[in-house]
Amino acid sequence: MAGISREEVANLARLARIQMSDEELDHLSGEMQVILSAVAKVQEVAGKDVPPTSHPIPINNVTREDVVTKSLTNEQALSGAPKKSENRFQVPQILGEE
Amino acid sequence: MSVLKKSAAEQAKALAAKEISASELVKAHYEQIKAVDKDVKAFLYLDEKNALAQAEQIDKKRAAGEKLSPLAGVPLALKDVMVQENVPTTCGSKILEGWRPPYDATVVSKLKSNDVVILGKTNMDEFAMGSSTENSAYGPTHNPWDLSRIPGGSSGGSAAAVAAFEAPISIGTDTGGSIRQPAAVCGIVGVKPTYGSVSRYGLVAFSSSLDQAGPFARTVEDAALLHAAIAGFDPKDSTSINAPVPDFVAAARKKDIKGLKIGVVKELTGDGYQKGVAEKFSETLDLLVKLGAQIVEVSCPNFQYALAAYYLVAPSECSSNLARFDAMRYGLRVGDDGNRSAEEVMNLTRQAGFGREVKRRIILGTYALSSGYYDAYYGSAQKVRTLIKQDFDNAFKSADVLVSPTAPTTAFKIGEKANDPLAMYLNDIATIPVNMAGICGMSLPNGLASEDKLPSGFQIMAPAMADDRLYLVGGAIEAALTENWGKPFWEFAPKLNGSKC
Repeated sequence: MAGISREEVANLARLARIQMSDEELDHLSGEMQVILSAVAKVQEVAGKDVPPTSHPIPINNVTREDVVTKSLTNEQALSGAPKKSENRFQVPQILGEE
Repeated sequence: MSVLKKSAAEQAKALAAKEISASELVKAHYEQIKAVDKDVKAFLYLDEKNALAQAEQIDKKRAAGEKLSPLAGVPLALKDVMVQENVPTTCGSKILEGWRPPYDATVVSKLKSNDVVILGKTNMDEFAMGSSTENSAYGPTHNPWDLSRIPGGSSGGSAAAVAAFEAPISIGTDTGGSIRQPAAVCGIVGVKPTYGSVSRYGLVAFSSSLDQAGPFARTVEDAALLHAAIAGFDPKDSTSINAPVPDFVAAARKKDIKGLKIGVVKELTGDGYQKGVAEKFSETLDLLVKLGAQIVEVSCPNFQYALAAYYLVAPSECSSNLARFDAMRYGLRVGDDGNRSAEEVMNLTRQAGFGREVKRRIILGTYALSSGYYDAYYGSAQKVRTLIKQDFDNAFKSADVLVSPTAPTTAFKIGEKANDPLAMYLNDIATIPVNMAGICGMSLPNGLASEDKLPSGFQIMAPAMADDRLYLVGGAIEAALTENWGKPFWEFAPKLNGSKC
């Protein structure tokens, strides 16, 4: 198993939207190395002929009749919002200045 | 005998006979919590006012002669991963501190409609990731048998609450052993139901294809009563199984296992198990023979890959599920100073809000799912899952149930494994295969390990939707052991400082 670099871990943290300090990155790179070499064991038996299982029971798409049911009120849906205004979630800017 | 030491079934009987009111019973449990929880730290939140109001209502209904459910008025502790309307739900994480959900989980609705009184929310490893409850952002829970030791995890608070007589029954969730392992190390009964048989609606998702809520109790019968109250099809959960629920309570009371075939899984015994745990396991096998069961050895060669596959499947699903904690709609928001972008705020919030184990698993899952590594890691783990299912299918051809020790060791010291993730992951070596295959499993106490006098757990596994077999075998073992000991297992536990019983 090829190792995992500190840069790769930093990139994964970016993808996962978690800010990480240098210290956190150092620590996690070491741990990831150890964990990955342990879990790589799955490759020993995962032959081409073995079908994958994503779920313990066979699952089909579940649909229901298109009827109106009780749902959260506007007030309930916003009750945990860190910030709200005019019956909406208020979020930080999502586009840059330019 | 103090009412606190009575089983849920006995408490329900006393309520029905009007020997005690629900209000008195609930108050007695709060008094116990106030006396011992400063040391045990099983609860994160007590919902005392609402619980007492609910108990009064139940007393009125009973006085009016209404027909009530078998558990009406019995108190319960709820793992803080299940949402309960307007009651703080943290999942043991800083990122949800102070959040009050606007709705009830289906399990909670069912408890309420059965008039079970929810005392409060219990501590857990953050987002159910851990085997010791040390990963809670709110500090660890302590094992009532020895306060310097872990109560297991991730449902450590729910297990400790029952072991400390703070509640007769509680709800946990089990993704890789998080009900069975804490039950084992706290000396109580814990059941991981068949995947899809108890609704996941309102269970904050960690690994959706593995998570399953289930009961904790001090007796097999109590676990059956609680399991019966929460099981059943739920249209709000797309993975819910629409099939009749077996009669768990009748199975628990039968106590006859003559002719039953019990399979010992070769790969879940031997090296790696503490001597005292292995001794208790083989004594329990002898007991099963005396009870007329037939012991056969079965081999599940792919179980040796289960732990590795689990630590790819669960983190992969968690990296996707925990994306919902984005600082926008609920929970913590950090660094929103008017200048930072939504993405920067998200990054800072997730840095501050998630603990080390959660970050570790999100990064591991993000890696396992990324292009270039997907086939080698997540894809291979899914194939191992197929092989584990096949091993179980084959084993159940020659045995009605399978058995093993629940956890490789008794409760270890708080802090002992906190800095070694791989050593911590090994706690779940015998419980993980059940989750990977979606079948059901129970742990029940089978004695004290000779070297440390701490509880050891015996695991029973049964095919999907045959959860009644767990209760049949568990009930028979419990009855025989209790007779041998001359007293119920919990009477071996040391009395907690200040305990009311």
